[in-house]
Amino acid sequence: MASRVDNLFFFLVGLTIFFSLIIAGTIVYCAVKYHRKRPDQVGARIHGGLLLELTWTVIPLMITMVIFVWGTSVFFAMSRPPDETLNIYVVGKQWMWKFQHLDGQREINELHVPVGRPVKLIMTSEDVIHDVFVPAFRVKADVLPGRYTNIWFEPTKPGRYRLFCAEYCGTRHSGMIGEVVVMDATEFQTWLSGGAPEGSLASTGAKLFQDLACNTCHRPDAQGRGPVLEGLFGKTVQLQNGETVQADEAYIRESILTPSAKITAGFQPIMPTFQGLVTEEQLLALVEYVKSLHAPSQAQSR
Amino acid sequence: MATVVLPPRHYLNDGYGIKSWLLTRDHKRIALLYLAGVTFFFFVGGAMAVLIRLELATPAGDLVSDETYNKLFTMHGVMMVFFFLIPAIPSVLGNFLVPIMIGAKDLAFPKINLLSWYIYIVGGLFTLYSLVTGGVDTGWTFYTPFSTVSSTTNVISTALGIFITGFSSILTGLNFIVTIHRMRAPGMTWFRMPLFLWSTYATSLINVLGTPVIAITVLLVAVERIFHFGFFNPALGGDPVLFQHLFWFYSHPAVYIMVLPAMGVISELVAGACRKPVFGYHFVAFASLAIAVLGFLVWGHHMFVAGQSVYAAMIFSILSFLVAIPSAVKVFNWTATMWKGAVSWETPMLYAYGFIGLFTIGGLTGLFLAAIGVDVHVTDTYFIIAHFHYIMVGGTIMGYLGGLHYWWPKISGRLYNEGLAKLAAGIIFVGFNLTFFPQFIVGYLGMPRRYHAYPPEFQVLNVLSSAGASILGVGYLIPMVYLMWSLRYGRLAGSNPWGVVGLEWTTTSPPPTENFTETPVVTWDAYDYPARMEGHVV
Repeated sequence: MASRVDNLFFFLVGLTIFFSLIIAGTIVYCAVKYHRKRPDQVGARIHGGLLLELTWTVIPLMITMVIFVWGTSVFFAMSRPPDETLNIYVVGKQWMWKFQHLDGQREINELHVPVGRPVKLIMTSEDVIHDVFVPAFRVKADVLPGRYTNIWFEPTKPGRYRLFCAEYCGTRHSGMIGEVVVMDATEFQTWLSGGAPEGSLASTGAKLFQDLACNTCHRPDAQGRGPVLEGLFGKTVQLQNGETVQADEAYIRESILTPSAKITAGFQPIMPTFQGLVTEEQLLALVEYVKSLHAPSQAQSR
Repeated sequence: MATVVLPPRHYLNDGYGIKSWLLTRDHKRIALLYLAGVTFFFFVGGAMAVLIRLELATPAGDLVSDETYNKLFTMHGVMMVFFFLIPAIPSVLGNFLVPIMIGAKDLAFPKINLLSWYIYIVGGLFTLYSLVTGGVDTGWTFYTPFSTVSSTTNVISTALGIFITGFSSILTGLNFIVTIHRMRAPGMTWFRMPLFLWSTYATSLINVLGTPVIAITVLLVAVERIFHFGFFNPALGGDPVLFQHLFWFYSHPAVYIMVLPAMGVISELVAGACRKPVFGYHFVAFASLAIAVLGFLVWGHHMFVAGQSVYAAMIFSILSFLVAIPSAVKVFNWTATMWKGAVSWETPMLYAYGFIGLFTIGGLTGLFLAAIGVDVHVTDTYFIIAHFHYIMVGGTIMGYLGGLHYWWPKISGRLYNEGLAKLAAGIIFVGFNLTFFPQFIVGYLGMPRRYHAYPPEFQVLNVLSSAGASILGVGYLIPMVYLMWSLRYGRLAGSNPWGVVGLEWTTTSPPPTENFTETPVVTWDAYDYPARMEGHVV
């Protein structure tokens, strides 16, 4: 991906040099060649030329349309992660980065990832807007409070790469920097199993699910007062008001914080809000737990 | 030219007391009041730039604290954008020239014109007050929820300063629109107007249509801060990205408020210096209007990484490429104007060359940012800083200084020292490029903007940039000196020192209060050089 960005970048550098030289060259040439020799000298009576105007309208238009298509195709590739990604949650806060691996590992301002595997960061903020920027991977995306955004990249070379906050976020903005540590796959596995006392993120979520008594209503057997969550993730949900919604991370988050926003068809709006009762990180654990709940038949077939 | 004398009666000797200035309704005197105002704010904003560049000479944040640094770049942006770049050309050169160029005695609403200046000054004082009582640290962009929830600085008084000053832009814009529609001299048809007026007209349209949006946006920020209404704060059910949409809906067109008038100045400078009609007059005129209209449709390109949908990004990308076309058309037309011209090498033309070159680079690097795939990497880095300073400083300030030098003999009646002026123009050009070119590179290498401290690998380029800034600073001080000097000691200019065409050059320097002793009747097109041509030299 980095090379695709760079190809276009350096094409544009070439284009800039080319046109700048044409313009600067013409200016210097005319300034010298047509330098006023007598104080009363005036220029030639030339008002314009339609053919020239059309030429320098149409050619730049065509060039820019080529760049548009090129730039957009690079962007679409950047925006669409592959199906199988290593997912890592990111929470930004003034002024640090918190990374949460699915296996339970947590780190601050340092992100360990394996080489040669597409990594997807699912990101949110606890306070103001931040932005994850890893120049070496040519990726950048704002990290917004109240929303999940994501980026993906596939590291190709082990090493340490700088990670910056690229959206101004207050006093210590320039201190909100970290590193992406790219490791060999085996080294990464060793690192990952090196210590996660609380167990996987989903198991943390499962415990929360019980502590917050979510399981009294959301039961696996369709007898509860709330919708069944097993197999929910990724499905299309039919809502009370006739609309449908894709059950993604944002939907699960919203349903915990503002349950009345989207009521599933056939259910009453009786769920209390958990706004202010759970932290962003606990929310991520809950989301991950719900994602891990497969439908019973699915679970058996595995 | 040998025996030029000052006209016995002109706008500068029509009353001397402080009241004759502060209560004047003469557009030329109001232009000079604005000149004092924008120059003051330019040097306030410039002083902050000096401190910023000094801090960035070393990677560690060692000169000022992080808090102070954040306030410095915020106030640099606020001062330069709202109190220098936006008003500079329209309110100083526009105020002076619009009535004279159309053969009128004054603007349509002289008292409202004076009111605009007072509003501008009150807004500026509000902002200065915010500065001396602690400053503000949100960045000139005021992004929410930082500005409404997190920042503990003077957000509200700064926002009010911007809110107030906005009305001065609206009133000036309105005044220009009505004046250009209603007060043209007999025979001065739309297509006989100098191109400066076309671009001033286009700018005024943006001012009138766009400024209310920024006014309401900063007001919403203040209301959310004071009363905790949830417009932008997600914790209160608001949407932080909504702020960005509202902010850039004005602030992108504002870029054209800053650069369109400079383009108008360049058209005049190129025509005057080449003694030749501007190539493709109609294309240049309509390009101004096209930029004004398209400029309203591209705000989303500031938000390619802000979480908007990929399809919205795609639309904003293609529209951004389209707005590049009329700008390119202008550059080609100015360049073509030089062909077979009688090209002078006087100071105003040096600024015009500088403008065209720097604006070309600024414009072409805009293509990098319109191409979404590349924008993702370079946005919010020093690449952006370099790009918009090429437009704002390389474009607008070059245009402003070029215009100031071109019309200074008309404004003051006297000539400045040409040698010193050329030297200053050269120093500014070199200093500018040394300051901002390295920022393209350091941005591509990944240095984010608004960083108080930065990793050591970026230091060399930052040192170059800081060195350039000190050269640039000197370059800006020199014209202050020789222009002031010329007021008293400069040679008398006479009515037409450059030997150029245009109604403003047919009246005395300085002009009488009523501009013309007799209302001119226009029977010729703008830049009608062949009418005066004595010997055609190829």
